[in-house]
Order: sequence, then C-alpha cells, then structure tokens
Amino acid sequence: MSNKNRLIKILQGNEACVEGAILAGVRFFAGYPITPASEIAEGMAVRLPELGGVFMQMEDEIASMAAVIGASLAGVKAMTASSGPGICLKQENIGFAAISETPCVIVNAQRGGPSTGLPTKPAQGDVMQARWGTHGDHPMIALAPSEVSEILYMTIKAINFSEKYRTPVMLLLDEVIAHMREKVSLPFPEDIEVIDRKRPTVDKEKFLPYKADTDLVPPMADFGSGYRYHVTGLIHNEKGYPTSNTQEIDQLIRRLTNKVELNKKDIIIEENYFLEDAKVAIIAYGSVARAAQRTVKLAREKGLKVGLLKLITLWPFSEETINKLAQQVDLMVVAEMNLGQIVREVQRAALGECRVIPYGRVDGELINPIEILTKIEEEIKL
Amino acid sequence: MSLKGNLKNYENEKILITVNEEWCKTCGICLHFCPKKVLVANEKGYPEAKNIADCILCMLCELRCPDFAIKVEKKESIVSHGQQNRDLED
Amino acid sequence: MIKDITQYFRKEMFPHIWCPGCGNGIVLGAILRAIHSIGWEKDEIVMVSGIGCSSRITGYVDFNTMNTTHGRALPFATGIKMANPKLKVIAVMGDGDCAAIGGNHFIHSARRNIDITAIIINNMIYGMTGGQYSPLTPTGKYGSTAPYGNIDQSFDLAALAASAGASYVARGNIFDVSQITRFIKKALLKKGFSVVEVISDCPISFGRINQLRTPVQMLEWIKSISVSKKVWEKLSKEEQVGKIPTGEFLDIDIPEYTEKYQNICINIQQERRGK
Repeated sequence: MSNKNRLIKILQGNEACVEGAILAGVRFFAGYPITPASEIAEGMAVRLPELGGVFMQMEDEIASMAAVIGASLAGVKAMTASSGPGICLKQENIGFAAISETPCVIVNAQRGGPSTGLPTKPAQGDVMQARWGTHGDHPMIALAPSEVSEILYMTIKAINFSEKYRTPVMLLLDEVIAHMREKVSLPFPEDIEVIDRKRPTVDKEKFLPYKADTDLVPPMADFGSGYRYHVTGLIHNEKGYPTSNTQEIDQLIRRLTNKVELNKKDIIIEENYFLEDAKVAIIAYGSVARAAQRTVKLAREKGLKVGLLKLITLWPFSEETINKLAQQVDLMVVAEMNLGQIVREVQRAALGECRVIPYGRVDGELINPIEILTKIEEEIKL
Repeated sequence: MSLKGNLKNYENEKILITVNEEWCKTCGICLHFCPKKVLVANEKGYPEAKNIADCILCMLCELRCPDFAIKVEKKESIVSHGQQNRDLED
Repeated sequence: MIKDITQYFRKEMFPHIWCPGCGNGIVLGAILRAIHSIGWEKDEIVMVSGIGCSSRITGYVDFNTMNTTHGRALPFATGIKMANPKLKVIAVMGDGDCAAIGGNHFIHSARRNIDITAIIINNMIYGMTGGQYSPLTPTGKYGSTAPYGNIDQSFDLAALAASAGASYVARGNIFDVSQITRFIKKALLKKGFSVVEVISDCPISFGRINQLRTPVQMLEWIKSISVSKKVWEKLSKEEQVGKIPTGEFLDIDIPEYTEKYQNICINIQQERRGK
C-alpha cells in the first residue's frame, strides 16, 4: 500500500467518479447530457469501450435509468449520472430498482433548483429527494463526498453497497466538487475492496429469486445464467410472482427497509474533527464540510470549543452518533446549501438534548468558513 | 394437453380434441369461428366437440383460443410431435 | 408427453388473469409457437414488458422475464441486450404503453436498430385502467375519456417504426393467427430492430363502449377493418378511412447496433495495444 509508486493525477470530481466506478467494476453506463454531470458520461464514453464495457447515451433520463437496471440484471455492474431535473425523471425506475433489488448507482451532481434552477451553481437541495424521491416505502443509501479523492473512494463504496445490499445507491455530489480539480493518488486495483453481488448456488429448479439469506439479501442470478426467474415492480413473493397476500406484502416491504436499516453500522461513514471536547458541533456534508473544517480551525484559534461531524453517508441517517453528540454539546449548527433538510433529521435525532439550528444558503454560492463562525458566535452570545 | 385441470376429451379414430374447462373462460371464439361447426356449447358454455367427425384439423380453434384451453391433435402425430408448427411450414 | 407450447408456461400461474376473449392470450400463443418453431432455449430468451394488461404476459412464460414500468420495456430491454448481446430479447407492449408513454423509446430503439423484437398488442384502448382512449384508438371511436368520440388521429405504428430506422416491420391481427405467428418468427430471426404490431381486441374496455360487446363481435369487427397491404394500396384515400392495412411493410438488412458497438470496442482496444 505504498503511496510512492501510485499514479498521482489532477482530476476533476466527475473524472474521479469515473475512475472510481471503473475500479469498482462498473462496465455499463447509460446517461443523458446534463450540467453539471456530463463529464461523467464523457469520461465513461472514452473509458468503457477500452475495457469492453458499454457506454450508451440514451434518448432520455428515464431510458438511462431503465437501461442501467436492465444491464445490472444481465449481470453487469451499472451506473448512471445526472442532476436534479434528470434525477426527477429517473425516480420511477429508481423505485423499480429498489423493489426488484437490482444493484445500481445513481450519481446526482446537485445544482440549484427547483426546475432548471441554477445549472452551473452548487446546491444541496436534493438530500430529501435522494431519500424519498421515489414513491412508497423503500430503502435508500446515499453518500456525499466532499473532496475529489473522496469522490473516487465513495464511488467505489457506492458500487460496493449496491452490490452487497442489492439496492440503488445515490452518490450526491454538487456542482463545486463535481467540477473542482484536486490531486488524487490513484489506488492500485489490489489495494481496494471490490464487492460483487452474491450469486445463487442452489439447484436451478430450487431457486427462489426473492428468498433472502439471513443477511436479508437474496442471491441474484444473471439473466441468461440458467436461473430463469421473473422480475417485477409489483409486490411479489419469494418466487418473484405478484402477490396480494397481506403477509407476503408486509414481509417484502419490511425486509427491503431492514436490509439497509439493520446494516447501518456497515453503511454509515462519518468523520469527526475536534469533537472530543467540543461544546459546539457543526454538522456538514459535501462541499460545505470543507468550509466547516476551516471554521473549526478558526474557532479553535479563538479558543472556542467547536468541532465538526462530517457526514458522508446521509442515508441511512447517523441517528445514534447525533444523539450521543447532542448529549455532549450545547449547540449544533447544521450548515447546508438548502433551507433545511438534514437539519430536521438532526433535530429529530438530537431528541431535544441540545439546541439545533440551521445555517442555510441558497444563492448559488458556497457557504464560507467565516459565515459559519459568525453564526456560531452569534448563537453562543444568545 | 399435459396440464392438470378439468380435461374433457372428445375423440374418434383419427382426432383427439381436449378441452381444459378449468382454463376455458367460455368466450365463444372457438365455437363461432369453427368453419365446420364441430364445436357446440354445453349447458355451462364450454365447447364440446359434438361433431368431431366433421373436424378438418384446421386448428383455428386452438390457435385462436386466448386461454390455451383447447387442443386438437391428429392421433397418429400425438407421440411424434404436436401440430404447433404446421402453420409455419409454408 | 407432447412437446407443445405449454412447455414454456409457468404452469402454476394459469389460468391467466385476462378477461374472456382477450387477445393477449392469442398473441402469447403466437409468440410461443414462433419460438418453438425456431427452437431457442428458454435460458437464452429474455422477455420484457411494460405496464398494462398485455404486460402481464411476462409472468406466464418460463424465460428470463421482466415486467417493468409503464412504457419503458424497450430501454430496459436495451440495457439487457447491450450487457449481453447473446441473449434473445423480446419486448411485449400494449398500444398505450408503446405509443404514448413509451413512444420516445420506440422510435429511438428503431433508430439504433438494436437487435430486439418489439411486439405490440394493439387493442386500441387502455384496458387495465378502464377504457381510456390511447394514441391508437381510431378517430371517432369512444373511450371512457373520449365520451363524445375520439378526435385524435391515431398513429400508424408500422410507418413510424419503418421511418425511424427499424429492420423489419409487420402488422397482423388476432383473427389470422397463422400470419402473425409467421411474422413474429421472421421478426425474432431478424438481426436488428423488428416490430410486429398485432391488432387485438378488448371486449370489456373497448367493446362495451363501442357496441362490440362480445369477443366474437370484436373479432368480426377486426376482420372487417383489416385489409391486406396489397388491397390497401389500391384503395382511394376515402376508402382507406377506418381500415387498417396488414402485412409486411419492411424487411431490410442494415447494420445492427450491438455489432456496431462491439466493433468500436475491438477497434479501440487494438489501437490502444498498438501504441
């Protein structure tokens, strides 16, 4: 694992996403042009044919999502990338991926919204959409990296989670980290963990496509592998056939949610900065976490006991960490580029143990370290 | 028909017509369009091959049955292969 | 035991859910006879459908099957085919499914000329949702959302597919099952995007509101409006109104998408190795 011989590159966030995906084994990408995510498609269009993989520019966002699911069912790791308006269009098929338990990764390089909004400016307004954008009860995993090299690693994580838990995974970037260039030390393939979905080992005649193992995840067969089965968006039984049996319906919906909820420990990734003695905690994610890190430094220079909890996994939510932290600190400032999305989750998890206040910005500009600090100072004086 | 169900056989020395009354929904297509009026509805509406002697093995009832509920077989070909491909061989 | 088309059934799923006299079962029979006649293995066949009555078709057959979202059978099928071009991919759609919500995918699948067979069961109505008019409801006919008669023009799906770039296009009806079986067989064997539209019935949702209440009445009507392509071409514009031409409209050999893509991969890999 020596860093010495690693290839060092200056990569854009979107390019790092491409590299991560390829390292994780993605060999199918379908997409549709949209700012600020297009560079991912462009990168895939160059790289995948070199590896015998498939790049497709589809007729629309809906078709891209559909093609990704189709490819995944045929046994190939598959991914798509878009931004807010495109993610809206993909939602129905994201739900299909959730209920059919088809691994796939959806990158959302967030821009200002609603609607066409601010195509070339960053925002974090799609956090709740990532969680609840498709209808019905369903699991969701969403990761929000904040540096270019982190994008590379979190893309790998996203692919791995989708394979391991057979569920769609969202990678939430924003316009700034998607387009920003930073130094990345490219890992060797042997240095990274790559997870492939479980394939069935039972006799083909005995195969029950939606019978889960003890980890709540059923083994998944590739179309054409001899395990013939039916995939449907209808609520289905273990055989994969539509059912209206209340018990079977309940079992499926609860299992889908539980396979993520009960594996939170594995899925939740978070980082602490100076939280040990902190009396004020900043909660941030994505590019805002970079500013918040600086805020912590500035605050400490002033003698203020400020720390940062950087959330990388946004869904499932870090309830336990927040709850513990709320018992330690007097104040939590949730800084995000929206008018209050994760802050509500933080408030819910804090259970009234400390004050939780939002700091939001929605003018298309990044939140800077000083303004977070100013907010903290104002709040402390109160 | 190899499927379980409420199978009714109608036959003579040349032809076997099987009606699966469990699958048949009594839509009446086979009865109406049988060119030789071989099939007649029984009291429940299911087709009965009353006039099997007139059957010319055109297979139209089988081809048009939406429910896979009627099968017409020429007895000598039953073991070798079914009639499925006759229409494709031209 | 006779080796007939029931070998392709998921037998526990029968009897199927379709209404008495529904053409979906007739088309399913035609598809299975065509497959049987070709002799493809079950393992290599993928059947994909969208949403609607016709889309339930995939639940009944013992292939690799998929009942996807409304209108999206073709892009799902495209992903499967591109990921594994060896698979024989068939998309079965209804008329609303294919021509309204899925219309964009239909023309673009044709444009790519990807080796997928699209079978459209056109019953001219949204049957499952209760008889709303579709893009293929004939002008003047009634639907639950066209209570005063449909003023929309209907698509000519065959012409649409042909002009968009498909390799094989044919139209038949559920009355002439031998013909559609023959068309489907040719479509399945065609390298490229192949389309078979089958004019079908819906005694419940289309028939009831259009005075064609029984399956027999519906089939008689379908028979009466269908004319062969040859006859159609000789009719005047006025005589063509209300009639539907059947037959083969296109059968050409043009480069196929998965092969073109594989060539790209081979070329670039050779070029990279050469460096």
